[in-house]
Amino acid sequence: MSDNADDFTPSRRRFLAGAAATGVGAMAASAANATQAGPDPLITEVQDWASGLGDGVDATPYGMPIQFEQDVVRRNVEWLTADTISSINFTPIHALDGTITPQGCAFERHHSGAIELRKEDYRLMINGLVDRPLVFTYADLERFPRENRVYFCECAANSGMEWAGAQLNGAQFTHGMIHNMEYSGVSLRVLLQEAGLAAAGDFKDKWVYVEGADASSNGRSIPLEKALDDVLVAFKANGEALRKEHGYPVRLVVPGWEGNMWIKWLRRIEVMDGPVESREETSKYTDTLADGVARKWTWEMDAKSVVTSPSPQAPITHGKGPLVITGLAWSGRGAITGVDVSVDGGKTWTQARLGAPGVDKALTRFYLDTNWDGSEMLLQSRARDSSGYVQPTKAELREVRGLNSIYHNNAIQTWWVKADGEAENVEVS
Amino acid sequence: MSKSLSTIFVPALGGAALVLGLAYGLSARSYGDSKIATLEGNLAQSETRENSARGEAEAQALRAADLEAQAAKLQERAAQLEQQVADLSAAGTPVAVLPVASLRSAPDGFGLGRSALPEEIAAWDIDVSPDGTGLPVGSGDALEGEEVFAEKCAACHGDFAEGVDNWPKLAGGQGTLDHEDPLKTVGSYWPYLSTTWDYVNRSMPFGAAQTLEADEVYAIVAYILYSNDLVEDDFVLSNETFAEVKLPNAGGFIIDDRLQSEAHFWKPTPCMTDCKESVEITMRARVLDVTPQEESAEAQAPAAEAVEEAAVVEPVVEPVAEPVVEVVALDPELLAKGAKVFKKCKACHKLGEGAGNGTGPLLNGIVGATAGQVDGFKYSKPMLTAGAEGLVWSEAELTAFLTKPRAYMKGTRMSFAGLRKEADIEAVITYLRSFDN
Repeated sequence: MSDNADDFTPSRRRFLAGAAATGVGAMAASAANATQAGPDPLITEVQDWASGLGDGVDATPYGMPIQFEQDVVRRNVEWLTADTISSINFTPIHALDGTITPQGCAFERHHSGAIELRKEDYRLMINGLVDRPLVFTYADLERFPRENRVYFCECAANSGMEWAGAQLNGAQFTHGMIHNMEYSGVSLRVLLQEAGLAAAGDFKDKWVYVEGADASSNGRSIPLEKALDDVLVAFKANGEALRKEHGYPVRLVVPGWEGNMWIKWLRRIEVMDGPVESREETSKYTDTLADGVARKWTWEMDAKSVVTSPSPQAPITHGKGPLVITGLAWSGRGAITGVDVSVDGGKTWTQARLGAPGVDKALTRFYLDTNWDGSEMLLQSRARDSSGYVQPTKAELREVRGLNSIYHNNAIQTWWVKADGEAENVEVS
Repeated sequence: MSKSLSTIFVPALGGAALVLGLAYGLSARSYGDSKIATLEGNLAQSETRENSARGEAEAQALRAADLEAQAAKLQERAAQLEQQVADLSAAGTPVAVLPVASLRSAPDGFGLGRSALPEEIAAWDIDVSPDGTGLPVGSGDALEGEEVFAEKCAACHGDFAEGVDNWPKLAGGQGTLDHEDPLKTVGSYWPYLSTTWDYVNRSMPFGAAQTLEADEVYAIVAYILYSNDLVEDDFVLSNETFAEVKLPNAGGFIIDDRLQSEAHFWKPTPCMTDCKESVEITMRARVLDVTPQEESAEAQAPAAEAVEEAAVVEPVVEPVAEPVVEVVALDPELLAKGAKVFKKCKACHKLGEGAGNGTGPLLNGIVGATAGQVDGFKYSKPMLTAGAEGLVWSEAELTAFLTKPRAYMKGTRMSFAGLRKEADIEAVITYLRSFDN
């Protein structure tokens, strides 16, 4: 990008043009029912693909997206972390639709890198306050009754770089530490019952400590109540094996709660009479308030939403006329019941259409089908959930939490869509 | 959902207990004593039959005792689950239906998995709680810790735990938590010392986790405390003195209070019109300009092809002008192995096109290069001196260096302990050679 914030360098232009295919031409002919100057050669001339042959069925035993979709990839922000091994990248939510995130572009967060652990070498131990400390193999896990559930997984630091102000120009970077998959796995409750919980006594003040098999052996403490509620020990996502970057062969799914607790390469579950207070639940993933006191055990992800298109990486390229405004909404406290969209920075709101009824602790797609008059917009979305929670503004959040929280920023996002269709991440009064 | 659990599941368990209880009563009284009494009254019954019936009654009694124990167990479990259901319902949390049928047919579970052996539990169950539970016997002081820290931690965390580049700072920051950009360290933020011990023990050093002896961990933690001015340099941290140390910010945390402090975010009627008078843009991301540059799909395509091409070509490396490097095709198997071994290096060293210096120098073309010459990297004095004196990273020199870096070159900044296996060294050098300039 050039020094003048409003200008684009050629590479930026190319990106936008690429995203729009034939963006400039389309922009010029933006009137309704545009007339074509001459016959379209794509129609009148026989194209190579309409005459020659395509690939055979043996060309791609496991398919990747077509080459034209090469820009729909995870991206990382180099300055964010010291290296790429203990780091995070971002889901290209600006370029996706629907609600299910394909595994191949679902964000990754590792603490000691994505390891390769064979199913045959996998062991899961349950110990601590149980009647029978047990070890399961992967094959053992497959013999327990299975469940299928769709849940979002959001890093507590999603939008964390935006606490102090608008920083990153793109929904992928501001809101891309999230994915939404259909998990197949065993209820953690069933596994704990297999080990027997008589030894745990009163469940009320008991915890499970869960840890991974990688070099960080990332561990978190979860109240036993939650562990017996809806937590899954999952081995499939979106119908196929977990990807190694998401914890192959087995990860924990902790619905509605911050992604750090979704232990990957899950190797051990210990029933305990108190939290371990591990590094990831004391020095990290605690939310520092303005007075220096920090909140801990802030597990639920509050209701949140973002317009994914138009957005800085997905500008309007077709000019005036029909425009689909779309985005994602979710809540860790229940199902999304509604999403409101504002084009004037929050003065007035219009209820958007939900792509499908909200699902408990899963992503919900929303659409607002509009007719754009070509004027600037300050585009916002506001989620509401089944607990009655309404997504707050940044000002409302800061009033309670100050600027140093890092985690759990679920504030309303504003995109400044300009007359040329470009969008920018801004903050408004 | 929670309703279905409390109304269906719990009675189902209770019902099972009832059935088992009934079976017990029948076998013990009616089927045992009364049947035997009947048998005694009926002299026409043959002795054989009597014996067989007695045996059956005894078996039934045994079975009854067993069933009684199972029933008690089930009742206990039912009570627990009932409590749990009540708790969950109170919290308004939806509950998934339990596999009722399976539990009923298999009251002791599915019988899957095997008992965890004590040695296995000891190997994995290494977590340490705030009160020190889980600490092994051992000790170390800050002075010892300084040495270990310099060798194993300082490359990333700095000689004084002040942090290098973007790597975590472990010391300082006290009194900054209510400032803009607070500095959160062990001394200024971490509430419990157990966390430091546990984390160093399980996750550090980065790339060589779980290689530290207990005494080394005690020493490192003592040094971190010393770096934060929390103990004197002769303080000996051990499983016995552990409880004496209280971190300054232990009281600096509150449990999630969003339901109270943010209760106003639960709004029955969110504003839909005239929600504010005016709207001004107060901040713009583009002014900051910190978003990663993106390229078009077309611009990326050739690059991706180039990478693929490089990957294919790699095993057959072009002849290199460097006299010390033999002109040979690199063994693909060794290359693949080397790539794996290099995982131990890549926390600090980068390779390939577009890569730069990390915590360690960029290693493109390192085989055959003069020591201490990578542009822009801040070498240790001994490394610079060795380079000036003509040290060239021939295969032999690299092998010696990688076997025991600190013995080979005293004072090197490379905190890596070394590769134990000769085959690993050979493989990683082969891999490095595939990245010749």
